[in-house]
Amino acid sequence: MRRPAARDVAGILVASALLIAVMPMLIGTYTLTVLVIYGMLGLSLGLIWGFGGILCFGQAAFFGLGAYVYAISAVNIGESTLPMILAVLVTAGFAALLGAMMFYGRLGDVYLGVITLVVTLILFKFINTTAGPQYVIGKARLGGFNGIPGFQTLNVPGDPEAYIWGDQLFYVCAVALVIVVLLVTWLLRSSFGRIAVGIRENETRMALMGYDVAARKTVLFAVGAAIAGLAGALFANWAEIVTPNLFSLGQSAEIIIWCIVGGLGTRLGPIVGAAGLAYLKFMLGQQSMIDNTLIMGLVLVLFVLFLPRGLVPAVASLWRASVGRGTRRRPSRHRRLRHG
Amino acid sequence: MSLNRREFLGATAALTTAGALLPSATLAADSIKLGSILDTSGIFDAYGKPMDQALRLAIGEINAGGGLLGREVDVLSYDTQSDMALYSQYAQKLTRQDQVDVVHGGILSASREAIRQTMRKSKTLYFYNVQYEGGVCDRNIFVTGVTPSQQVEVLVPYAMKKSGPKVHILAADYNYGQITARWIQKFVEENGGEVVATDFFPLDVSDFGSTITKIQQTAPDLVVAPLVGGAHLSFFRQWAAAGMKDKIALASTTMGVGNEHKVLTPEEGNGIMVAYNYSQELDTPENRAFKEKWEAAYGDTSAIHELAVSTYQGIMLWAEGVKKAGTVDRMPVIEALETGISIVGPAGNIAIDPQTHHATLDVHVMEVENQGMTVMETFNQVAPVDTQQVCNLQENPDDNTQYEIQI
Amino acid sequence: MDLSFVILVEMLYAIATLVLISAGLAVVFGMMKVINLAHGEFMMMGGYATITAVGLGVNVFVAMLIIAPIVVGLIGLVVERLVIRHLYGRLVDTMLATWGLSLVFIGLATMIFGNTTTGISTPISGFAVGRYQINGYNFFIIVVAIVLVIAMLAVLKGTRLGLIARGTMQRSEMAAALGYSPDRIYMATFFCGSALSGLAGAILAPLVGLVPTSGGAYIAKAFITVIAGGPSLIAGLVSSATSFGVVSQVFTFAISPVIGDVALLIAAVVLLRAMPQGITSRFFRGKL
Repeated sequence: MRRPAARDVAGILVASALLIAVMPMLIGTYTLTVLVIYGMLGLSLGLIWGFGGILCFGQAAFFGLGAYVYAISAVNIGESTLPMILAVLVTAGFAALLGAMMFYGRLGDVYLGVITLVVTLILFKFINTTAGPQYVIGKARLGGFNGIPGFQTLNVPGDPEAYIWGDQLFYVCAVALVIVVLLVTWLLRSSFGRIAVGIRENETRMALMGYDVAARKTVLFAVGAAIAGLAGALFANWAEIVTPNLFSLGQSAEIIIWCIVGGLGTRLGPIVGAAGLAYLKFMLGQQSMIDNTLIMGLVLVLFVLFLPRGLVPAVASLWRASVGRGTRRRPSRHRRLRHG
Repeated sequence: MSLNRREFLGATAALTTAGALLPSATLAADSIKLGSILDTSGIFDAYGKPMDQALRLAIGEINAGGGLLGREVDVLSYDTQSDMALYSQYAQKLTRQDQVDVVHGGILSASREAIRQTMRKSKTLYFYNVQYEGGVCDRNIFVTGVTPSQQVEVLVPYAMKKSGPKVHILAADYNYGQITARWIQKFVEENGGEVVATDFFPLDVSDFGSTITKIQQTAPDLVVAPLVGGAHLSFFRQWAAAGMKDKIALASTTMGVGNEHKVLTPEEGNGIMVAYNYSQELDTPENRAFKEKWEAAYGDTSAIHELAVSTYQGIMLWAEGVKKAGTVDRMPVIEALETGISIVGPAGNIAIDPQTHHATLDVHVMEVENQGMTVMETFNQVAPVDTQQVCNLQENPDDNTQYEIQI
Repeated sequence: MDLSFVILVEMLYAIATLVLISAGLAVVFGMMKVINLAHGEFMMMGGYATITAVGLGVNVFVAMLIIAPIVVGLIGLVVERLVIRHLYGRLVDTMLATWGLSLVFIGLATMIFGNTTTGISTPISGFAVGRYQINGYNFFIIVVAIVLVIAMLAVLKGTRLGLIARGTMQRSEMAAALGYSPDRIYMATFFCGSALSGLAGAILAPLVGLVPTSGGAYIAKAFITVIAGGPSLIAGLVSSATSFGVVSQVFTFAISPVIGDVALLIAAVVLLRAMPQGITSRFFRGKL
């Protein structure tokens, strides 16, 4: 089942080079940029949920945190390199603390969902109440509901006047996504990744084999959050404004929908799901026949009922069946959570 | 810092896309393109839908009268679904792909700030037709809604005269509420009163039980409540349910902007004092004609609210500017509008203030009565003094900031 | 003195509200181990059912206490047959499917009722306690919550139906072997849970401005209350509603409503960290 690493990496590089060359001819780079960013966000949850079995209801919290950390530090520093690094590190650190609290507390799956949901809500509510002039970090007003506009956007490291925007921002984001995918590939191929999948399949067995399950889950959780934080920082650069909506439950819901539709347990699935659905939403905004929320909801319900493995695994197995390589089946979809 | 950067970006944008961005004047036979970005679905559609209808009504009227400069006006509209990220995307689409001549739209301040720089960089004239917190200073934007000082300046003295000097402020906890609360404080003190307490509520708070108890502890003569949105509407309902309505007077700068007074029953709403540029009950020939046109187009006038009328007036002001300039090119139209152009709209005379690009307009103090607003007093041609304090585009045309007005 | 009475009423009211908004979710989760994330939207539909019925001239109490629960219960029945039934035993999938359903209901409500805020006024007038005015409707909510808890206890403990339901939840194969169809019992339970959600939405409707997205404000609180309650249905519901209600009201009065909300959320995190299986995994064990 496992392809050699070199072939895997070469495949990723060729496919992404083709996509980066072709896609700008089909869709405007401005929209494409955000699709790439959402793809990265989808991947961040796809990693911890699909490969680690951790269902996080608050992935948007890390996305928003990355964006806010970037915006706040960019206002204060006036140059974008350090804020980008901070956005990733602070988010990862926050997730590590939260993860340690949850995993060392041996919280069950549902309870984990509640805690991540609650943390998202707390951040959302807190940021929403910061409209007053007393909420200042350095030179940055938090701005409450209206968010923070007008911060330094991405520049060539060391030269605050050389802005990276428009088409260039797209290429930066696309390359960042490719690098993230390669890193995730490396992580999953390492012993760490294989143990993570082992924990997903049977946590008790892995614990009995002597692995520190809580520590490994915490690290994986933090890595996922770091990717979400990076996506958040890039999003801040793209939108040039950050608002509390980034933390909203609706945003968290969308990330989960992307993963389900695209396919869990794959690297490609969440990226495809995110970019595809975000583009669908963008297209739907140009008509007013049917309420868009309704369509998104229907998509989710239908996928859970009829295609619970998601698009990418379904297409992949179709492909294997038609090409006649279906003799070896992929390991079954990740363990379903059972209760009672 | 940010100024340099923006100029730089603007210049780059102009250079790199100059070929594509040539205004449609070169294609004189074509129609004029008007871009619209509004939330016509999602949680803000109660504001956005009537604005969209008003926009189409105005354009229909212009085209029926032979268009502008002999050219039809086409509307390119996008629904942002109450999602801030879509604002940026559609703004890019309107300015780069569609290359419209003017953009009208934006509802929340956050949405305006999300697209304002895009408009400026791409040199696309932008109209923001909404009541907001004031302070935007940018030569590329025109604002046709009222600002807090315009409302508070007339509302507070009226309300205090009717009730008394002790005031308790309940404001929505975001930019608009915070700034409005400061203006209320200023005018209360100027009129010899005292603010006994100020409370802020995030937009999703809907349980005001403890607040109502707290108000009774401070025992004010008047409660001024710039509360915003569906959740906050609960306050007015719970206030009446607790039997407070006849004990302490109530005034607001926001209740009614989205026709909230039509949702409250007469028992809950009657007697609440408000101040706006527009009310459906205004008895002027222009308003009667406007309501007739609206009824002919959409059947029912109950959806008309102040933001819709602002949008209608914003488009008519832009059309006046185009007529005066004799072209739709950006700079000539801005210069024409800066001559202090005015029109008489459904809400009365409205003029562009050249110094701030905001509007000088009539403000009516009203009381809610049987789900309508009865005009008690009218103040003609109130200037946007708050923004004037900080913004002078004639002396400083390159300004590009939203000022926080210090009081 | 007057003030402390007023605060006591506000506190009871906060607890009663939490009990009401969580009851429907608690029944469905406690009995079926299904988390219905469309619960908030069921409440929203209860609110719209009430407002529509009152608009048609029905007495407001009839609309709230009878029509809304039945309408929403029937909607729940359809949802159970079409979607939930296929997903029993797959906790995460039911959460996702019901999340999708919640979006569908928001979209439908928007298309039918529009996004404009609607509402009805409170049917009970306020009255004075010393120098304070109190919202009379708060007492009504407290009474409804108490009656509801007693009724749930009575049905589950005292009736044969409750016995069968409890049995099915614990060992569905055994109940099936004794001739009771788990399928039908799950269906009935989901109907009851949905009806309770509808009831809660209807009763809260006069206090708030209703929009199609109103449900979102309740689901998180209800979800937290139910999960923190733990395995026992009624004891869990009441104990966690009481803890959270007291915490949030203390902070609301001391500081502000927002801090009250945040305090509730932080209390939930602390509580779950200390008792990962919920309150009733440690206290009131073996109670209903």
